[in-house]
Amino acid sequence: MITPDALGYLPETPSQTAGPYVHIGLIPRQAGFDIFENNLGEAAFDPTAEGERIRIEGRILDGAGALVRDALVEIWQADASGRYPAQGMNDPSGRGWARTGTDFETGLWSFETIKPGRVPGRRGHGRMAPHINLWIVARGINTGLSTRLYFADEEAANAEDPVLGIVEQPERRRTLLARREVRDDRPCYVLDIRLQGEGETVFFDI
Amino acid sequence: MNPAHEFVARDRAQHPPAVTPIYKTSVLRGPHRPLISLQNSQSEVTGPAFGNSALGPLDNDLILNHAKTGEPIGERVIVHGRVLDGSARPVGGVLVEFWQANAGGRYRHRNDSYVAPIDPNFGGCGRTITDADGRYHFRTVKPGPYPYRNRVNDWRPAHIHFSVFGSGFAQRLITQMYFEGDPLIRHDSILATVPDGAARDRLVARLDLDASVPLDTLAYRWDIVLRGSRSTLFENRLQGN
Ligand SMILES: [Fe+3]
Repeated sequence: MITPDALGYLPETPSQTAGPYVHIGLIPRQAGFDIFENNLGEAAFDPTAEGERIRIEGRILDGAGALVRDALVEIWQADASGRYPAQGMNDPSGRGWARTGTDFETGLWSFETIKPGRVPGRRGHGRMAPHINLWIVARGINTGLSTRLYFADEEAANAEDPVLGIVEQPERRRTLLARREVRDDRPCYVLDIRLQGEGETVFFDI
Repeated sequence: MNPAHEFVARDRAQHPPAVTPIYKTSVLRGPHRPLISLQNSQSEVTGPAFGNSALGPLDNDLILNHAKTGEPIGERVIVHGRVLDGSARPVGGVLVEFWQANAGGRYRHRNDSYVAPIDPNFGGCGRTITDADGRYHFRTVKPGPYPYRNRVNDWRPAHIHFSVFGSGFAQRLITQMYFEGDPLIRHDSILATVPDGAARDRLVARLDLDASVPLDTLAYRWDIVLRGSRSTLFENRLQGN
């Protein structure tokens, strides 16, 4: 039962872990069965969307350095011109959102997407560097973790990004920078996420 | 961006800390460093939108959406409620997804090896979009409790996992709903990760006899509250909302 506080506000429903079987509800195909006609979140953009096609991928590691092979990762990002759907995203599907699980064997997560453009910062701040918002849930994660993937080769934009700027230690800032590689002649940005300990990824209270 | 669109800060006291030794898996998976506080930008206040056209007609009927040779075994239940924000405004048009074990406590998942059998007629997942008043409902069978590896003799109370989208990605929430009167609730290690007793109680659905279908299906009611935004606080006064 929900009781309003003295000002009439309602407290937020508490978070609970997504558990080991999150795949059933959100990515049933990866749980091993087909149930919905339309599986949501399989691609962030239509094949016709404009922009540079990239792959982003990485692993998730726990505090002992072990692979987290049962996590769910969601991405939320702007299009190539830096617009979200509410700002007139340049994609017929107007999505910018996708999700996947880390592979049960290799622990790898990956998305085929488009490199986002620069998004306006808060009022009074400059534009943000290109980035992809990540949200991670799994067994053992009590509240979903929010972080961002930035592109290591966007040095000039990253240097003036207002969010990277509030991460004081340069070595912690580097936990958000995906390194560029080339796979099958296509750009692939790689970012490992460390949940805890040495090299712990910066997570945000958004 | 109009600051009125921003979400009010998340009250972390309502949520479990990252590391909760009673739930052992969190000990190596919960971050140790403090979260870095971020003021909302477009990246946080916007979020994906889903229309009813994206869903199939049986997506909110777990009794029928995986029926092969007949209907699934178990107590037939309706779960319904509203999605509200911190200002008690309905959150309409948002995607709510749910998944659960079958009546025997077994998940249809390759990693679940519990001895209880798979039900050939039960998939265990569904989804719906809230109406303009924030209402959602779905039909299912009541999930069974199941044991899991944590303490030597840990059993999960009957529960349904919920995933909810708000209007902005910063409202994203995954949680679990429990059933009123379940004696396992007070022994549950995962519910115990939520430090506040009143907050834990808000995860418990109430039996709703009035919404039950006589001679057919029992109903439970459970409301979900997402973070509020300043835009709903001042929605009659500010321009450009
Ligand atoms: Fe469960």
